[in-house]
Amino acid sequence: MNHLPLIIKREYLTKVKNKAFIIMTFLSPLIFIALIGLVAYLSQVNKDKIRVISVLDESELLSYIFKSTDNTSYNVLENMSLEDAKILSKETNSYGLLHIKKFDNIESATNKVSFYSEESPSLSVISDLESKIQNELTNQNRIKKGIDIETLKDSRINVDIVQESFEGEKTSKVDSIVKLIFGGAAGYLLFMFIIIYGNMIMRSVIEEKTSRIIEVIISSVKPVQLMLGKIIGTSLAGITQFFIWIILGGVLMSIISLVFGIDMAEIQTPQQEMMQQAMENPEINNQVQNIMTSFYNLPITNLIIAFILFFISGYLLYSSFYAAIGAAVDNETDTQQFMLPIIVPLILAVYVGIFTVVEDPHGTISTIFSFIPLTSPVVMLMRIPFGVPIWQQVLSLLLLVGSFMFTVWFAAKIYRVGILMYGKKPSYKELIKWIRY
Amino acid sequence: MSNLLEVNEVSKNFGNFTALNKVSITVPKGSIYGLLGPNGAGKTTLIRVINQITMPDSGTVYLDGEPLNNLHIKDIGYLPEERGLYKSMKVGEQALYLAQLKGLSKAEAKTRLKYWFERLEIGDWWNKKIEELSKGMAQKIQFVVTVLHKPKLLIFDEPFSGFDPINANLIKDEILRLREEGATVIFSTHRMESVEELCDDITLIHQSNKILEGKLVDVKRQYKTNTYEVGIRAKDKIVLKEELAQKFDISEANFKTLEDELKLNIKLSDTEMPNDLLRYLTSKGDVSHFVELIPSVNDIFIQTVKNN
Repeated sequence: MNHLPLIIKREYLTKVKNKAFIIMTFLSPLIFIALIGLVAYLSQVNKDKIRVISVLDESELLSYIFKSTDNTSYNVLENMSLEDAKILSKETNSYGLLHIKKFDNIESATNKVSFYSEESPSLSVISDLESKIQNELTNQNRIKKGIDIETLKDSRINVDIVQESFEGEKTSKVDSIVKLIFGGAAGYLLFMFIIIYGNMIMRSVIEEKTSRIIEVIISSVKPVQLMLGKIIGTSLAGITQFFIWIILGGVLMSIISLVFGIDMAEIQTPQQEMMQQAMENPEINNQVQNIMTSFYNLPITNLIIAFILFFISGYLLYSSFYAAIGAAVDNETDTQQFMLPIIVPLILAVYVGIFTVVEDPHGTISTIFSFIPLTSPVVMLMRIPFGVPIWQQVLSLLLLVGSFMFTVWFAAKIYRVGILMYGKKPSYKELIKWIRY
Repeated sequence: MSNLLEVNEVSKNFGNFTALNKVSITVPKGSIYGLLGPNGAGKTTLIRVINQITMPDSGTVYLDGEPLNNLHIKDIGYLPEERGLYKSMKVGEQALYLAQLKGLSKAEAKTRLKYWFERLEIGDWWNKKIEELSKGMAQKIQFVVTVLHKPKLLIFDEPFSGFDPINANLIKDEILRLREEGATVIFSTHRMESVEELCDDITLIHQSNKILEGKLVDVKRQYKTNTYEVGIRAKDKIVLKEELAQKFDISEANFKTLEDELKLNIKLSDTEMPNDLLRYLTSKGDVSHFVELIPSVNDIFIQTVKNN
């Protein structure tokens, strides 16, 4: 008798009808949006605050470069000792005091500049000041040495390396970034999905154990069937939740930007501000088009098919582990010791994905990790946008499916024995023994 | 085929632990079969083997003449000792789900459930969640779910635990009625009085081995000691007692009577007849009490387990 559809249906319906699940489904996007709104609001507030920086320039070469902007104003002090300046800036609640010592020679200015403040200053402020002074002094030095600045500027030549594969496909740096975003999003999505819904499967197995219904159920169905039904049913509930989140998130996002007129794209950090300034540059404008073209250049079909296949098999691989853990223990607190072997490869996969795939998508490490079944779903998903030969994808997928079948077999063994074991907190050694029962 | 279930030399080991050691039992069709044994004897493992929850290491199981297989799931109804239901699921939905797992169609399951719910007067629980019910109520649901698919073989592990006397009686009557309708019942319990009352056959498992099996009356016959419990009204009890002690193997008895009588257990040898004893006693005084001591299942249980 095949009861799988029946079990899947029950698992799905109980999950979907569960109050906590419903609340989470509809509340999460709200919380998420509210959070974004809060961040937007806070950065707005942050922007309104004007930083006052006192400047004491004893060299008298630099005072004029400190022009106040929207969020920073400079208070140039004159004819004052350093001590007085410190007291004054403290009293006026300045963000800090920039002190430039007198120097005879521009070239000896390297360590003549100091910054005094109550609290350690933000990195961006310091680097901003550094580059301001550095640029100015460099210019002055060039003039002193008789280098014509205009000529220097004019003589500058930009080179944009055209990247092209042997087959004639053009790529670019922007391309890489777009690919990275796509790969990263896919890998990260899988990671999140495994953690959230894997846990849900585990809890539902534990629930069956603690409510003691398990013996009634498995006198009617095979434990493997029950386990698979649970995994599939819960996953379908998860997919439902994800879709609702995406739709709801999109709808809410557009409602909010309509009603409040907050353009979500305007949530900015100072860095982004700089980027925006750069955007006004026609050269950069070109890049927007580049992004669009590189988006169209992505191996979309490959990406979608690979995403579906790797996502499903990777998820099933991990969720069978979760199911086995749920079966092995009596309550959730006992699960900790068994979680490590799941979490470590997952996190490893994400880190390998982020660090080595960015560096070199086809390097040894990324390639190896995209074959190891526990890390391959995440790493391969991150690599695919960069173009992975089909044979590699197929091989990796075969390895993954193979080990998925193995883990389901393995998990089913543990599951079969574990669901009827009560009261004992099993060790790894015992789990191995169970397999032979 | 007069036996519904035949278990032949079934063994099961868990690691170094032997849960069942070549256990064989034969359950006649239409009987109520008591599966007895101390805690940890292997009863639950045997029941799980019959339910195909646990696979035996060796040995065979035949149900109605066929080797046990997946199709037999619908022929067996099992009420485990450790029972429970999905707490947050509604009674009706849950019962339907469990019935469908046993191979009933949804419509069929619904009709039968309606019948049973009315029969046990629990119709208005349909839309309640299990967590809203008392333990006894949940047990009733569980009972219904166990018998709903009209299995040939019913296995009850401590069916009366958690029930008040009224409901326990109700369930007992239902079990008897199901037997009338043709079901065979395996009944595992530690409550010996219900074994006395219900079982036709018993088997006793101790430390993974079967140590006793047979019709309840045969077992009792086998275990009886030819002892009679007597009460006599005599003028001088002490004299009579000494007199009897010389002739028979006697011991103090303890039972309730209206008068102050001499109460004794008198054990006869194989050659002595009860009639001769009675005749002898009537010559000594008024006999108010004369009963053959039939060993109770309780006595048999304790005695057999101790001797092994």
